[in-house]
Amino acid sequence: MTPLVEMRNISLRFGGNQALDKVSVNLYPGEVVGLLGHNGAGKSTLIKVLSGAYQADAGQIFVNGQEVTIRTPQDAQALGIETIYQNLALADNLDAVANVFLGREKVRGVVLDEDFMELEARKTLDRLKVKIPSLRLPVAQMSGGQRQTVAIGRAIYFKARCLIMDEPTAALGPEETAKVGELIKALKAEGVGIFLISHDLHDVFDLADRLTVMKNGRVVGTVYTQDVSHDDVLGMIIGGVMPKNVRPAQAPLPQ
Amino acid sequence: MQMQSTARARTSLVQSLGVDGRILTMLIVLAVVWTVFQLLTMQQPGQFLSPQNLWNLSVQTAVVGIMVGGMVMVIVTRQIDLSVGSILGFTGMIMALIQTVPPLGWGGHWLLALLAGLALGALIGAFQGYWVAYWGVPAFVVTLAGLLIFRNATFIVASGRTIGPLDDNFKVLGGGLNGSIGEFWTWVVGLVVMAFVVYQALSNRSRRLKNGLPVRPVWAEGLVTGTLLALILAFVLVMNAFPYPGTNIPRGMPVPVLITLVVLFVLNWVALNTRFGRYVFAIGGNPEAALLAGINVKRMLVAVFALMGMLAALAGAVQAARLNFVTNSMGNLLELDVIAAAVIGGTALSGGSGTIVGAALGALLMSSLRSGMVLMGLPTEWQNVVLGLVLLAAVIWNTVYLRNRR
Ligand SMILES: Nc1ncnc2c1ncn2[C@@H]1O[C@H](COP(=O)(O)OP(=O)(O)O)[C@@H](O)[C@H]1O
Ligand SMILES: [Mg+2]
Repeated sequence: MTPLVEMRNISLRFGGNQALDKVSVNLYPGEVVGLLGHNGAGKSTLIKVLSGAYQADAGQIFVNGQEVTIRTPQDAQALGIETIYQNLALADNLDAVANVFLGREKVRGVVLDEDFMELEARKTLDRLKVKIPSLRLPVAQMSGGQRQTVAIGRAIYFKARCLIMDEPTAALGPEETAKVGELIKALKAEGVGIFLISHDLHDVFDLADRLTVMKNGRVVGTVYTQDVSHDDVLGMIIGGVMPKNVRPAQAPLPQ
Repeated sequence: MQMQSTARARTSLVQSLGVDGRILTMLIVLAVVWTVFQLLTMQQPGQFLSPQNLWNLSVQTAVVGIMVGGMVMVIVTRQIDLSVGSILGFTGMIMALIQTVPPLGWGGHWLLALLAGLALGALIGAFQGYWVAYWGVPAFVVTLAGLLIFRNATFIVASGRTIGPLDDNFKVLGGGLNGSIGEFWTWVVGLVVMAFVVYQALSNRSRRLKNGLPVRPVWAEGLVTGTLLALILAFVLVMNAFPYPGTNIPRGMPVPVLITLVVLFVLNWVALNTRFGRYVFAIGGNPEAALLAGINVKRMLVAVFALMGMLAALAGAVQAARLNFVTNSMGNLLELDVIAAAVIGGTALSGGSGTIVGAALGALLMSSLRSGMVLMGLPTEWQNVVLGLVLLAAVIWNTVYLRNRR
């Protein structure tokens, strides 16, 4: 099986700060890979390289075994890579419908097809089971969970093959977090590959098949979730050391 | 408790009308201002609400009205354009020079002058937008430089002379003696717009119902559409109630007013119904999100500034045509009126929020205040103090409105 996405030896420097240093990760269809690490470890920067927000100084990206160049968010979207950013990246002054379709509006001639977009947005957001009474209010007026739902709806409407979720539950209560968990499982069952970044080890242990831990812009290692304990992972995050006697985890376990 | 529930009843009333609360406020304020001025000027020959005064008022609103929609877009994208008065003056001067016979001018055709002027305005705007978008130079500084450069370039290209008289055909743009479309065409325009409003309301409603989408209640739809129709009808009647001197032939709508209405209509449509408009608001709401959504933010900014420049040039054509002679101070300080009108009309300087309709009403409110105070014989200094206070009040109200909405 070829990986859905493979990032090989990605390096990126911000001024004097080596944010990414030869980072390699991969992701297979129907798999959740948790990306872990302290604040500033480089997780968001890494996924922004994949989503076309940043361009790496060096390294290669492969999608379905083919080497690709991702220069813009559109490039990534065209490859089926959708991203839910840590800060959500919503235009607060626009309504939910406009945000779901931002940059990819449906038009008839030059006129926005608002009805189509409203109906589709409604269908997509209903799937996420978080109540949003009016899709026509500015998202600034919505709760954290509703805004999160809009951001997720934006990513899943366009049939992602690879979904990147950067801290998707940071702003959510326990109930809404559980709903995001269910959604991740459902998408996984559909064969979507998911990079999941989260601070909450419980969530990640519950959802991820493999874990890639980063520290100071480098990969500490990649392990199978079932092989490690919380303490092992904390050791990787804090100390940057691999636990003893674990298998390398460069591909998912055979079913 | 009691107060809270009435407040909620009121917001839900406004909500079911489906009209921006700030636009509603503007309309009410305008009605109050017009009534007060009418009461204060009742005893004198030139009453505020006389057809003559309202007709003049419409012409006086035109120049700012043409530019204010562009300024809304500029401000919504978190930018500012301080150079519009100077662009207006400079392009107006170039247009005057092109169409004026030698030795003062260059002896070109008036239509060539107009097109060249519009292209020049767009080019200047794009040039300024380029530095803002691609080099990250603050728009305040770029357009302040533009203000200086083009104000003085106006003097230089004309060697300080006043250029005119302008071509008779060109002068139609200014709304002078031949610058109105007459009674018949005013009715035609009015009826076409009314038919369009009704068609739009009905077709939108039936399409949304067919798609199973929520619509506003029938009474609200009827009230909004009916009010709009009544306003258009009143406008037509007033425009046709002011005759040429010494006759009873109505002038009808002045050409500059027609131009203004067309510009505002198109801009409003673009803002609400096209990707371009959507992206203007997205950039203002969250530039980073716009970028991550794949919107070409830099190109959008250049386009918005180019549009502003072109509108300033169009306003320059109207102003020049109205004055018949272009001086090198034409349009001086007009940028302040345009920005003030946009802000009074509910455009937030923090970006992301504003409406073309609100800004148009803002421009109308400003020229109403000026016209009324002139009728009352208030000295210019006092007029400006009052306008300043109104601007301040509008900004405060706008801030409160946006804070409550969060
Ligand atoms: N746009 C940027 N410009 C400069 N430095 C940045 C930028 N984005 C991130 N960094 C730096 O890169 C490093 C990695 O940050 P980030 O990827 O956000 O970490 P994480 O998401 O793991 O918390 C940090 O040192 C951060 O300060
Ligand atoms: Mg991060």
